[in-house]
Amino acid sequence: MLDLTPDEWTAILLSLRIALVATIVALPFGVAVAWLLARKDFWGKTLLDGVIHLPLVLPPVVTGYLLLIWFGRRGPIGAFLSDNFGIVFSFRWTGAALACGIMGFPLLVRPIRLAIEAVDRRLEQAAATLGANRAWVFLSVTLPLALPGLIAGCVLCFAKALGEFGATITFVSNIPGETQTISAAIYTFTQTPGGDEAASRLVLVAIAISLVALVISEWLARRAGMRFHGE
Amino acid sequence: MSMLAVDVEKRLGQFSIGARFKTAAGVTALFGPSGAGKTTLVNMIAGLVTPDRGRITIADAVLFDSQERINVPAHRRRIGYVFQEGRLFPHLSVAANLDYGRRMSALAADPAETKRIVELLDIGHLLDRRPGKLSGGERQRIAVGRALLMRPRLLLLDEPLAALDAARKREILPYLERLRDEVPMVYVSHHAGELRRIATSVVRIDAGQVAAVGGKELLDAVDADAV
Repeated sequence: MLDLTPDEWTAILLSLRIALVATIVALPFGVAVAWLLARKDFWGKTLLDGVIHLPLVLPPVVTGYLLLIWFGRRGPIGAFLSDNFGIVFSFRWTGAALACGIMGFPLLVRPIRLAIEAVDRRLEQAAATLGANRAWVFLSVTLPLALPGLIAGCVLCFAKALGEFGATITFVSNIPGETQTISAAIYTFTQTPGGDEAASRLVLVAIAISLVALVISEWLARRAGMRFHGE
Repeated sequence: MSMLAVDVEKRLGQFSIGARFKTAAGVTALFGPSGAGKTTLVNMIAGLVTPDRGRITIADAVLFDSQERINVPAHRRRIGYVFQEGRLFPHLSVAANLDYGRRMSALAADPAETKRIVELLDIGHLLDRRPGKLSGGERQRIAVGRALLMRPRLLLLDEPLAALDAARKREILPYLERLRDEVPMVYVSHHAGELRRIATSVVRIDAGQVAAVGGKELLDAVDADAV
């Protein structure tokens, strides 16, 4: 069996924490943006769509560097957040979560947007005639019907966050115990003489986590789909 | 006293709707050929389509008045709507579908009333099922029950039998006849036979305009669109 050292465990747990937090925090924003893009026409919609998809096409180093400039201690947003709310991103695991959330955001938004677009608006009208205001229509009809898309988006975002490397290492560096994720640890081991064995252990772990995530998402999506078609 | 008073105008591209009629309690048939604008008219009453100009009142309550800039949103009109295709919520059980309007309208639970409507429509054996695999007739009965259980002041039925075959139509009509004393209804159809059984007054719509208002005799003076 795998015999993981404490340092490797630290990297694994940190990776899971960062990916989970990134996905959970990004989800409400993702749903809001997906809904806007699916349902509203407004000035600058194409621009918003483009900006969201930017992390998908930009070199991750560029995204990481932009985060460093804006969210670093002396960056405009970073300074504001740390002075007013005590939230610090630079060289912290929270910064890694931010980088992962932003890198995963386009993957989160797309399936949710498609799912919301596919919701039958006539059902929403029916809900309105039954007394549901717009917020309740969204919560009780649109969102549950878009649930498979939500699940797919979360899994994709989580997977992206788990594997993110370039933006994270550029923004928050590679500090064991704070920002060193599985990917960063593997990278470090490959750069260290005699690190191959440790690297392969972590590679196996990464494969295992990804497989488990895929199986869970498949299972959830099937359950969600079944609710609409069976008893 | 008039139950519902409608006086509306709406332009939709080349087509324009201009309708003015009043209804008493009972079942008012909106009768006319397909494409006459009946559904749009009913959607205006429900608040799903906004008229360009006019006024809609129910009893003494104003639902829409373009001059006074009143437009009560659909969710506050308390008008039950049975759509042609049922539009049951696929992610909810039949029981939750039935309860949806009551919950959203923040009405107190009334198990006795629920039981009475469930029995009236014979849907008790379906409560735990999901709508996905029900027959068209069962679905329409549940849609009727769902609309009734929000205790509407008016029930709109838009071709509620159109998606059903002849046998299913015969199955549902008696249930609809039972509703006549429950709540005032506006019943949209292009089918004279169906309306002859259920209507108490008739508004004939043609090309977006009211062609005639009267009793069931209007159902006889029609051409072939009715089977």
